[in-house]
Amino acid sequence: MTNTIIWTVVILTALGLVLSLVLYWIARKFKVEEDPRIDDIEKTLPGANCGGCGFAGCRAFADAAVKAGNLDANYCPVGGAEVMKKVAVILGCEVKEAAPMVAVVRCNGTCDARPRINTYEGERSCKVKAALYGGDTGCLFGCLGCGDCVAACQFGALSMNPATGLPSVDESKCTACGKCVAACPKCIIELRSKGPRGMREYVSCTNKDKGPVARKSCSSACIGCGICEKTCQHGAITVADNVAYIDFTKCKLCRECEAVCPTGAIHGVNFPKELDKEAVKKRIADRKAKAAATVQPEAKKEAENV
Amino acid sequence: MSKLTFSIGGIHPADSKIARERKIEVLPLPDRVYVSMFQHLGAMAKPVVAVGDAVKAGQIIAEPGGFISAYIHSPVSGTVRSIGPRKDLAGFMQMHIEIEVQGDEWAEGIDLTTDLVTSVPEDRDFILDRIKMNGVVGLGGATFPTHVKLNPPPGKVAECLILNGAECEPYLTSDYRILLERTDEIVVGAAIMQKVLGGCRCVIGIEENKPEAIAAVRASVARLGYPSMEVAVLKKRYPQGGEKQLIDAVMHRQVKSGGLPIDVGAVVQNVATSLAVYEAVQKNKPLVTNVLTVTGDVLAPDRQHNYLFRIGVPLSFIAQYAGGVPEDAVKIVSGGPMMGKAIANLDATTVKGSSSILYLGGKTSRKEEGPCIRCGRCADACPMGLEPFLLKSLYRAGDVPALEQNAAQDCIECGCCQYSCPSYIPLLDNIRMAKGQVMAVIRARNAKK
Repeated sequence: MTNTIIWTVVILTALGLVLSLVLYWIARKFKVEEDPRIDDIEKTLPGANCGGCGFAGCRAFADAAVKAGNLDANYCPVGGAEVMKKVAVILGCEVKEAAPMVAVVRCNGTCDARPRINTYEGERSCKVKAALYGGDTGCLFGCLGCGDCVAACQFGALSMNPATGLPSVDESKCTACGKCVAACPKCIIELRSKGPRGMREYVSCTNKDKGPVARKSCSSACIGCGICEKTCQHGAITVADNVAYIDFTKCKLCRECEAVCPTGAIHGVNFPKELDKEAVKKRIADRKAKAAATVQPEAKKEAENV
Repeated sequence: MSKLTFSIGGIHPADSKIARERKIEVLPLPDRVYVSMFQHLGAMAKPVVAVGDAVKAGQIIAEPGGFISAYIHSPVSGTVRSIGPRKDLAGFMQMHIEIEVQGDEWAEGIDLTTDLVTSVPEDRDFILDRIKMNGVVGLGGATFPTHVKLNPPPGKVAECLILNGAECEPYLTSDYRILLERTDEIVVGAAIMQKVLGGCRCVIGIEENKPEAIAAVRASVARLGYPSMEVAVLKKRYPQGGEKQLIDAVMHRQVKSGGLPIDVGAVVQNVATSLAVYEAVQKNKPLVTNVLTVTGDVLAPDRQHNYLFRIGVPLSFIAQYAGGVPEDAVKIVSGGPMMGKAIANLDATTVKGSSSILYLGGKTSRKEEGPCIRCGRCADACPMGLEPFLLKSLYRAGDVPALEQNAAQDCIECGCCQYSCPSYIPLLDNIRMAKGQVMAVIRARNAKK
């Protein structure tokens, strides 16, 4: 009995010693040299593995950054500038400053503005709903309201607002990873520059129908009238396919477009003061009168010469 | 003779054929018709008329946009007012030709008499050409171009032409009415298709709940003297009229996954298609009319109708003519309650395949989805032997390879699974999406080869 126990212990110990030597030899012989910076960078990154950077996960991001030796093709939208600076220190290179972005829902077809003309009874998924039919309102372009974007968001930044039937973005949580943009079958959500102190202007509509059609289906639709385009002093607004678009790289946040929009499709958010539409309209009128006054004398001269 | 049926799955919804005794009435012409360019399976038709052109009824206004596509004819005489996108019944934009109706003048060469012409032309190519040029498509639901279906690829031989008069969908009575009122024409149409397919036998399948139609067709076949044609009485069971189910019932053969009916020697055509073939070949009349049922559980029996309508007439016009939309209608469906599509836009227009305007009350509304209780009723009901609960879960998980392994592409979208689900899970919505994804993968793979 005692003999058996002794022999078992001896054999197992000997076996363990021999195998550990074999393993040690294999580990030395087949060692994979990996840049330690990959581990360092991965630790620095937020670790959400959201894929917002375009890579399969944080490890893949780190791998690509180390291989490239610079950060030209890499930007972590979740970590933002802070994390990117740390990554740049590890890599010993410069980081390009990128403006912080935020997801913007470009539809303001609330329950009041956009009457439902039928009721959807199928699967609660925007993707399924969009494939089955045009939607339960007259607008073919607007939010379907089933919340695919909410389900796609890994940071809890999106929620459906029961009052409006539209998703709302919690700016403090949004990391601009772009998952919601990909999830929306109607391509309503866009990543836009967050703007100074969060202030930004955007056209909250993507309806490409002609004005009267768009207006009929939704009272707050962009009707493509082009007043905003004419009013904008900075050339930031273009109207294409009956819908206006504000280029956030050119927008100077003067809010004139918002004041002149006849349907309220242009939204300004996080401005410290409420927009005084009348005052802005007066300012525009004054500017036009001034411009007319400066043009007129020249025109008179020309007329005299003729 | 014993009654025939398919071997697995199926359900027994109440047949609710309330409009069965209503004779076919001719619908008057509206002021304007909107002819869709997307009335068939395959490529969109290309308009060949311009705005301002005068057209006559039966004149070609659009030509096929590809091999699987069909000619479209003007259903009325008048002037083309516009060509452009318009919302279809699902609310999607489709190309339509708008024609203002002026008088009712038909194009030359169309025989409008109602005399029965029984002598079938000898030349096969002539018959196929007539069918193609007159824009005949399958009227059983899928609107597959008939001339393509009647022309099997080389090496494949049709042994049996099955004429589908099952009309297994509840409520619908248009096929039943034409079987009673246009019996001889349907039988001659079948004889024409037999000729095209090289003289195969023909079985006309009719469900047991239509005894008058069975008697009428039997009498007609005996009177006209077609020895290779017989009537098969089918059990009342949904989806008896499904192509693969009908082949199983009549020929006891199964079409393999990814295969076509012609692989087992079968060609299935709807009775309405047979009537269209008869008119196209014997009368040179294009497919511009069809029969549609206005029915529903909230519609009084005396307000139910079967109409012979011109294709392109707006649904709202038919609804108005039939006495307006009943107040307690919760859902309006085009097609049967099982496979039909809810109409999101009543201003949409009728197409070649339109078979009904169905008003349903609150009873049929969807209830809140519950969790799957693993009862397996959906798998029992599936006539294709699929596992709908599994396909739904796989779709929601986004596992396309597993969906293909579990044959999501074989789904015939009959809706038996969703009908039988005690938890009201929208199984079919999920499987339809899954089917789309798998078909895209298969197409991409075939394109690579």
